[in-house]
Amino acid sequence: MMVVTVGGAIVALEAKEIVYGAIGLAGSLFGVAALFFLLNAPYVAAFQIAVYIGAVAVLILFTVMLVRQERWAKEVAPTSGTRIAGIVTGLAVTTVIILAVASSGLSDFTVLANSATFFNIGQLISTGYAPVLEILALVLASSVVAALTLSKVEREEKKE
Amino acid sequence: MNSLADFVVVSAMLLGIGIYGLVTKRNALRLLFAVEILINAANLNFVAFEQYAPFAPASTVVSNAVGQTFVLFSIALAAAEAAVILAIIVVAYRLHQDVDVSELNTMEG
Repeated sequence: MMVVTVGGAIVALEAKEIVYGAIGLAGSLFGVAALFFLLNAPYVAAFQIAVYIGAVAVLILFTVMLVRQERWAKEVAPTSGTRIAGIVTGLAVTTVIILAVASSGLSDFTVLANSATFFNIGQLISTGYAPVLEILALVLASSVVAALTLSKVEREEKKE
Repeated sequence: MNSLADFVVVSAMLLGIGIYGLVTKRNALRLLFAVEILINAANLNFVAFEQYAPFAPASTVVSNAVGQTFVLFSIALAAAEAAVILAIIVVAYRLHQDVDVSELNTMEG
């Protein structure tokens, strides 16, 4: 699971063809969903698979493949300075967090006996966090409208 | 793979990879990939920590549902964000014939 998740993330960023990168991203998201299963969160895992792999990854794949031309693939290779800076920054952040985790008592925590059920999640969403749910619905609606408007404006400009 | 530290380490690796991608890549799609990886690292931490060290308000009986609820909201937000970014990328590509973010400087003052 760990290998799939981290390896998929690396493939997503480093694959030569951007289509393979999208597939690597889907693999990484699938690995995260498997980790959710391991964490006794099957509902979140199912949601992750449905939304991320079912919608986002497929959306990215379709966008890449529908509009694919040579210049999508054209990528300016980062200069060696930028690349080294990126690797150093990423490694530094990861190392610091891993060292902090290793010196903390995080390994001693045990899994809860009573795990949350669908009922508990549904209860939370529909009572205490209902305003969040409604605002989220508004955000989703406005983002769909925004995406459609962006492509429509473009089409009108072409007609003129 | 059964202690909290393992999940946090995976999350830290994803975070590092995402930061590396944000720093080095110039292609807008790769930047979107990096952002998705970062969001997943955060989500993984949410679920892992609430499973092992739950947030426990006095009012709720089973307290470890809160983190999962947050992650559900976060995934939905990430989906909306990805849809808008993809639309912007497609429009930018049609206007500029390019998805290199250092070339997209039309809005510079």
